[in-house]
Amino acid sequence: MKVHVGMAGLLVAMVAVTVLLAGPRSVAAKAQQPAAATAEVKVDNFSFGPGTLTVAVGTTVVWTNHDDIPHTVVSTEGVFKSKVLDTDEKFSYAFTKAGTFPYFCSIHPKMTGKIVVQ
Amino acid sequence: MAEKKKDELLHDHNNDGIDRRGFLKCMAWAGTGALCIMQGGVLKSYSLSQMSQMGGKAPAGELSFAQISDSHMGFNKPANPDVVGTLKAAIDKINGLSTKPEFLLHTGDISHLSKPEEFDTVDQILKGAMAKQVFFVPGEHDMLNDDGKQYLERYGKGSKGAGWYSFDQKGVHFIGLVNVLNLKAGGLGTLGHEQLEWMEDDVKHLKSSTPVVVFAHIPLWTVYPEWGWGTEDSAQALAYLKKFGSVTVLNGHIHQTMQKVEGNVTFHTAASTAFPQPQPGKADSPGPMKVPAEQLKSVLGITDVNYVRGQHALAVVDSTLG
Repeated sequence: MKVHVGMAGLLVAMVAVTVLLAGPRSVAAKAQQPAAATAEVKVDNFSFGPGTLTVAVGTTVVWTNHDDIPHTVVSTEGVFKSKVLDTDEKFSYAFTKAGTFPYFCSIHPKMTGKIVVQ
Repeated sequence: MAEKKKDELLHDHNNDGIDRRGFLKCMAWAGTGALCIMQGGVLKSYSLSQMSQMGGKAPAGELSFAQISDSHMGFNKPANPDVVGTLKAAIDKINGLSTKPEFLLHTGDISHLSKPEEFDTVDQILKGAMAKQVFFVPGEHDMLNDDGKQYLERYGKGSKGAGWYSFDQKGVHFIGLVNVLNLKAGGLGTLGHEQLEWMEDDVKHLKSSTPVVVFAHIPLWTVYPEWGWGTEDSAQALAYLKKFGSVTVLNGHIHQTMQKVEGNVTFHTAASTAFPQPQPGKADSPGPMKVPAEQLKSVLGITDVNYVRGQHALAVVDSTLG
């Protein structure tokens, strides 16, 4: 009886602890996707660096303008289009489909780049 | 950096054709305030001091206007933290010209980020010009985020399409073109089919003796394609102007003075009132070029244009702000 209750109590405690430990993670698993990967493109000196960036499906690419002149990030196929980015401003786009995505700066069209999503 | 040229007397050339050495000398002087007038195919050159001795009479003619460009209102980086001040200095310079310009041309990049307050500030500063009329064409910095809707609302009255138009002053035909919209990846400036068709029609009935001035932001000749300094379909536009005896093309965008003469066409780019850019290929990229603060005014400038009836070409004179 005492032992029985003790065992049951221990079991309950163990289950409770297990639930407590498992709880947040299972809640998280339901409410969130696995942590999204991000990749960086540095915009500087009238160029995108790297010029070609290869990422996995589901990656969010973040372009940051380090140049002292504004630039834009515009997909040549109309997939994404940033507003004008002044120095230190950023633009992000999450690539959910595989493919090759050429883009350019619409202010300085000689600036071109490519995101390859695999 | 720009070499210092002495303000000295140049020689008249009494040859039948164009003296190449004199011609090249003229071109080199253009950035520091020299006057090259073509008279019947003969190039005559005058320095600014020579002109002032003549009491401003020789180049003064029937039409006088000034060009400013690339004010980039809103720019505030080290290359020039005070673009308001330098634009005001440019207006003061224009107001001080011996032959007062009747109107101004602004060849674009009025604003830096197409912000309303930037346009407002430029409009305010331009009110200080004695010449009350200003004609604009947009630069790529004026059409950000809205494909030029705001630019058109502010400056596009009476224009067609993206803001092209023409007008006449004292027998000179002016054509304002827009070559900064719908730029393609890897491309140069572009005029587009609709604008070219309009232009062909616009000049069709003009007499070939009409002097023509074309103004647009990006150069209409290929200055340096690696940096996008050119217009893809300008050859078509120039073909429509072949019949004219005098064509002057005024551009901006490259933030330095440059000139080229091809037959009856004189191409000319103006300095910026905001910041200079490097010469073609002389830097990694065409970004703002920092110079020592005391030299800044010497690499910014305005352009003064005079037309004398009977002269072949318009007289185009650049002067720096300091």
